[in-house]
Amino acid sequence: MRQALKYLQINTAPLLRRGRVLYVLPTLTLLAMLGPVLAGLAGTLAPAFGYLPAVGATEFSLAPFQDLFDWRGFWPAVWLSVFVGIVSAVLSLSVVVMIVASLQGSAFFTFVHKMLSPLLAVPHAAAAFGIAFLIAPSGWASRLVSPWLTGWNRPPDLLIVQDPWGLSLIAGLVAKEIPFLLLMMIAAMGQVDFNRSITVARSLGYRREVAWLKVIFPRVYKQIRLPVYVVLAFSLSVVDVAMILGPNTPPTLSVQIVKWMGDPELTLRLRAAAAALVQFVLVLGVIGLWRIGEVMVAKAGLAWVQSGHRGRGFSIFRPFAFGFAVLSALAIFAGIAGLITWSFAGFWSFPEFWPDMFTLRNWMRHGTALADPIRETVLLASVATIVALILTIGCLEAEHRHGLRVSTRGVWLLYLPLLIPQTAFLPGLQTLMLNFGIHSGRVPVIAAHIVFVLPYVFLSLSDPFRAWDRRYGTVASALGASQDRVLWTVRMPMLLAPVLTAAAVGFSVSVGQYLPTLLIGGGRVQSLTTEAVALASGGDRRAIGVYGLAQTVAALVPFAIALLLPRLIWSNRKALRNED
Amino acid sequence: MKTEAGLHFDHVSIAKAGQVLVELNELIAPGEVLSVMGPSGSGKSTLLSSVIGTLDKAFCLTGQIRLDGRDITGLPPEQRHIGILFQDDLLFPHLSVGANLAFGLRRSHQKGADCVATINTALADVGLEGFADRDPATLSGGQKARVALMRMLLSQPSALLLDEPFSGLDTELRAQMRQLVYERAKAQKVPVLLVTHDIEDAEASGGRIVRIGQN
Repeated sequence: MRQALKYLQINTAPLLRRGRVLYVLPTLTLLAMLGPVLAGLAGTLAPAFGYLPAVGATEFSLAPFQDLFDWRGFWPAVWLSVFVGIVSAVLSLSVVVMIVASLQGSAFFTFVHKMLSPLLAVPHAAAAFGIAFLIAPSGWASRLVSPWLTGWNRPPDLLIVQDPWGLSLIAGLVAKEIPFLLLMMIAAMGQVDFNRSITVARSLGYRREVAWLKVIFPRVYKQIRLPVYVVLAFSLSVVDVAMILGPNTPPTLSVQIVKWMGDPELTLRLRAAAAALVQFVLVLGVIGLWRIGEVMVAKAGLAWVQSGHRGRGFSIFRPFAFGFAVLSALAIFAGIAGLITWSFAGFWSFPEFWPDMFTLRNWMRHGTALADPIRETVLLASVATIVALILTIGCLEAEHRHGLRVSTRGVWLLYLPLLIPQTAFLPGLQTLMLNFGIHSGRVPVIAAHIVFVLPYVFLSLSDPFRAWDRRYGTVASALGASQDRVLWTVRMPMLLAPVLTAAAVGFSVSVGQYLPTLLIGGGRVQSLTTEAVALASGGDRRAIGVYGLAQTVAALVPFAIALLLPRLIWSNRKALRNED
Repeated sequence: MKTEAGLHFDHVSIAKAGQVLVELNELIAPGEVLSVMGPSGSGKSTLLSSVIGTLDKAFCLTGQIRLDGRDITGLPPEQRHIGILFQDDLLFPHLSVGANLAFGLRRSHQKGADCVATINTALADVGLEGFADRDPATLSGGQKARVALMRMLLSQPSALLLDEPFSGLDTELRAQMRQLVYERAKAQKVPVLLVTHDIEDAEASGGRIVRIGQN
């Protein structure tokens, strides 16, 4: 031990000397972000091939795969996952393209842009619960038209939520992915001179929608390709939303993996590991398939561009785009309203639109039980966000000072934790911890959260950080300020608003994490999200309302702070108030 | 040997990928203004960053830049004691006008109260009495330019760099600012390097003019 320490001292001393610490941060960041992913994938391999000493399996074999393929639900689960993944991604991307192509520049578009942050911040589980409350047979949608239109005096016996095709699951995913892709699209368009290109195309006689599709989309798609893959991988492997809105018999492959991982019968973990590898290959395969699709669409698109069609039939784009934008935002906002209503609902009979009375009883009943998960959630999210912020700012500052710039290929690394399905590496990580005798608990959970918080914090902060006018730094240096002083007294204060926004993004990402908290916490770390999702099978809508709302508030409050704090601190500094 | 005074470009040549971009071999005496003229893309900003100390690693500098006999070629910007004025005022938007001035103040000999007094005097000097607590964003263009100038001067630079500092101002303000800057430079006996593409600016400086980037 002493030798190890000595070794460390010898090697870290020069690194930690003033200013040198920046050189280590990029490496540390990559390690924090990719280490758990790679370790988890590696940890999946051994049990998938039959080696798991903890359950007495010590012989390598293909038995776990055989066992997995013998499971009756295997192929249905695989097809369901692939179907949901591809359909969600195609729908989200199409809607986003329609919205941007036909509404860009309109007042409505500016309004939609403003709605994006809160829409994105709503945790997936809460949004899924909200949507379930809307479309369930006894939900608001059915109450709205009953009994005057439908004649229903009791909730109809229809399987809408958790339908076997996964359609409600797709609806829930699309509603959450539209804002994500839209934000990415808008960010990407900042780098394309779209206004003048559109004007040129329109002066040549093209409708604006067609002009956008032919002139802008090919350039923008290149930049949102990775986010699109993220959407694809996420829809294909999501767990919490699929547990709430997805079918049960069989569920998607990811949900089944989690079920096996949680089974008291430990040998099922071999099967879970095999399934995790299949899940990994599945995502790779579907992304490969999508890539082929891209090439084909590009070919057809090029022919279409060169055909010179001005596209008279595209007038339907606008109403469609408008409708989808409203519908997807409404699904989430009305869903949250549903959570609020149920959390305060007293007796509420069908088909009444409002409860007979509102009461605080639900909140009082769950209030005391809420305190612990709230504390846990805030703790996990705060630590993960602070660590991610330090690493991110360190990386960006190292890039600024020493030109340690992440190459274009480096951007891939940033997206890697978001592209590799959680169900592919988190089970392996848990197994690995088990093998090495590492206790599950808060610290590993935070480390797992950082894997997902870091990329979002980095993506959120890097643009404003790089866009900062370097001449401010030059002026400050010329006035005699050291680089550290420039960072802390000039750059950080000027970037307060984007730093707080990045922190809010990171915080909300952490709040929404279900699987890392569940698997790496070994069931002992209970956050608002794990508690809320655990309620899904019970059907106690009032409890779901309370927990879902608490989760939403936990994710939204930091955004409110990020919006208000700069206005307070810089109330006397016109140039820095965070006003759009 | 007597130490040389002024800003000396001693056979300075800056190249990128083996291709020479700028060459300069000049001594700017204290109180003198040297104008470097050239069209955009002629390497003016490269020359500036070599003096200020922010030259990108991709460039290769040979020769020596000396300030009052001291070799500053490899020094970081904060140790060079060279003040710079850009076309934009670049007042720190999060600091009050007074705090902007205090940022650059060399305070080795001054106590808190003296600092405040120095700042107030400096503001009064350029007709901005009582502006110390103001938000820079609420100032007019001409006022901002004057604050930026005073911020630079309070740091007691040994040389001034001017990067087209007058092009953002309208004609009347321009003449005023020019006069103010050159007066101060002469009074403080510092060499001034003016980089511009505007012949009027260069001629108004009353000093030598060097043209670069012309084959």
